[in-house]
Amino acid sequence: MTKRQLLMKRYIFPVALAFSLIVGSASVQASEEGGLPPAGTNVQDQASLQRGAKLFFNYCVGCHSLKYMRYERIASDLGLTEAEVMENLNFTGAKFGEPVVSHMPADMAAKWFGKAPPDLSLEVRAKGPDWVNAYLNSFYLDPSRPVGWNNTVFPNASMPFPLWELQGLQTAVMTEAKPGEDARVEKLVLSQPGKLTPAQFQQASRDLTTFLEYASEPAALERHHYGIWVLLFLAFFTLLAAMLKKEYWKDVH
Amino acid sequence: MANVFTRVGDWVNERAPGMAPMYRAHMTEYYAPNNFNLWYYFGSLALLVLINQIVTGIFLTMNYNPSAAGAFNSVEYIMRDVEWGWLIRYMHSTGASLFFVVVFLHMFRGIMYGSYKKPRELVWLLGMLIFLVLMAEAFMGYVLPWGNMSFWGAKVIISLFGTIPYIGNTLVEWIMGDFLPADATLNRFFALHVIALPIVLLLLVVLHIAALHEVGSNNPDGVEIKKGPKGNRWDALKPADGIPFHPYYTVKDLVGVGFFLLIAAFIIFFAPTFGGWFLEHDNFIPANNLATPSHIKPVWYFTPFYAIVRMIPSFLGSAVWGVLAMFGAIAVLFALPWFDRGKVKSIRYRGTGFKVALGLFVVSFIALGAVGAGITAEVIPVWFGDVDVTFWENLFGRLMTLIYFGFFAFLWVYTHFGWEKTKPVPERVTTHD
Repeated sequence: MTKRQLLMKRYIFPVALAFSLIVGSASVQASEEGGLPPAGTNVQDQASLQRGAKLFFNYCVGCHSLKYMRYERIASDLGLTEAEVMENLNFTGAKFGEPVVSHMPADMAAKWFGKAPPDLSLEVRAKGPDWVNAYLNSFYLDPSRPVGWNNTVFPNASMPFPLWELQGLQTAVMTEAKPGEDARVEKLVLSQPGKLTPAQFQQASRDLTTFLEYASEPAALERHHYGIWVLLFLAFFTLLAAMLKKEYWKDVH
Repeated sequence: MANVFTRVGDWVNERAPGMAPMYRAHMTEYYAPNNFNLWYYFGSLALLVLINQIVTGIFLTMNYNPSAAGAFNSVEYIMRDVEWGWLIRYMHSTGASLFFVVVFLHMFRGIMYGSYKKPRELVWLLGMLIFLVLMAEAFMGYVLPWGNMSFWGAKVIISLFGTIPYIGNTLVEWIMGDFLPADATLNRFFALHVIALPIVLLLLVVLHIAALHEVGSNNPDGVEIKKGPKGNRWDALKPADGIPFHPYYTVKDLVGVGFFLLIAAFIIFFAPTFGGWFLEHDNFIPANNLATPSHIKPVWYFTPFYAIVRMIPSFLGSAVWGVLAMFGAIAVLFALPWFDRGKVKSIRYRGTGFKVALGLFVVSFIALGAVGAGITAEVIPVWFGDVDVTFWENLFGRLMTLIYFGFFAFLWVYTHFGWEKTKPVPERVTTHD
């Protein structure tokens, strides 16, 4: 066996195998999230994060908190000034260093909606970005529900759909009910267009999901930034260690 | 400068003359076989991960709040407000999973090359004790973030003890200190996780290495280098096929450390939840005793054992059999040196029956992991359509449980009655270069 083949056999092959197993098993798990269309989010996209933040603070924060997320952190991570955040995003009168807490009283909310609106700080980590994005796209009018809305991704959700003025109104086309079974939603159709075209709304829901993904793990921005350098350093370290080993082992083999 | 070091060294030597010889006995004059291969990296890597867990654990402890009301919040505080807290936490959580990866591979190496056989039975037993304590340590650590999976995982695992006749229910309440996993449970698990079990673990690791250095390391050929010819470049009385652990294996292990850290860093920085395998999605929801997660399952490294509990049906009005089988699955590993009566150590020179059986054993272990993780329940309807999933999953899981235990039974029969056809073992280690 030549030296090169030996090197391949000893080091490169096992490491390549380990990496492919890691990537493979991670992607298998990702695809198991239930056949939802991919959200296509990218938390490194600062413009998308800013648009998503604007949507969140205009449409969501009335009911939902991000209790682990401070305004100050949002400003520094999204490249915004204190004035921009306090004027355009902070409608609750909270201080710059305080977390994003909705003003809606939880007990009243529970009375109005049947369930207090959950904190969304970790929603994307718990459900995945694909789920959140699909959820935002799957509301339809359903007069049988207390608040008049229903959702195909999360059936009988107790949330009304505040983004309807952007997306428009969706209604459900039902399959014919088989005996002994309830009718099922076959597809959703846009019965009244909103302010945005379907393509624009898809981008808006993606932006909002991106912002929530960031809020669920602000460290993701730092992780990717430092990760590259750590890997480069370790590759260099490993190379030096391999050379050192070779030098020391000259007198063994 | 050199003079200062020499003088400090002399000063210490005068007062503690035993230290330098001890260092030499375990490092520069510990002669290890010169033919270690890839499989021999995982012992030193396990030690590296243990140190990582202790160091990162200390920093986590500084910021963690062990109470039902504060635990979940304090973990998010570490993730967001503590300087570098996210890195410390991901190093700890990734370290926990990688600990099991290297320990499983380390154990498999021992089985493959017969490292548990005479004269190393004690090394194996101490190693198995380490594995047992490590499982307890990992389980309690998993409960601390107080996510919903922590809560329900703790509830399910602790309630396994409830299957024990007569004392079961009392025992469960005694373990939890409450009727549900609660504040008292979290407090005691925290104490055990950060103080009691790490001390035991460190002691066992010292004993494991001391016992190993007493008898000397095995190697991929399963040849006893101490019984071979004497005399090497460093010492005329030491084994000819041995080389000093330091510097030869310390620099070699450094290469292993480099590759290992590359993989670990890739996970820590680019896939810290590892697709929900290392940090589970449901554990980002705070503990809630009213909302059960859709699939309660333990973390991946417990799934093979958890599957065995699930696969054993209850009979004679008791569900204790599954729990007994789970502990039995670990007990048979303890007893491996006595199941295997064969004299040949390494798989290189063992009979075909051993090779096939070991292969099946590995397959059964991985398959049981898939059953325990709920993968079979998902895959069966996709692959086989409209079938009775529970029936087929149970059939498959029970077959795999049978193979798992069958490995040990087969090994005993195979070696006790002399059915194994081994190849001649060389006099000295072979070097494959």
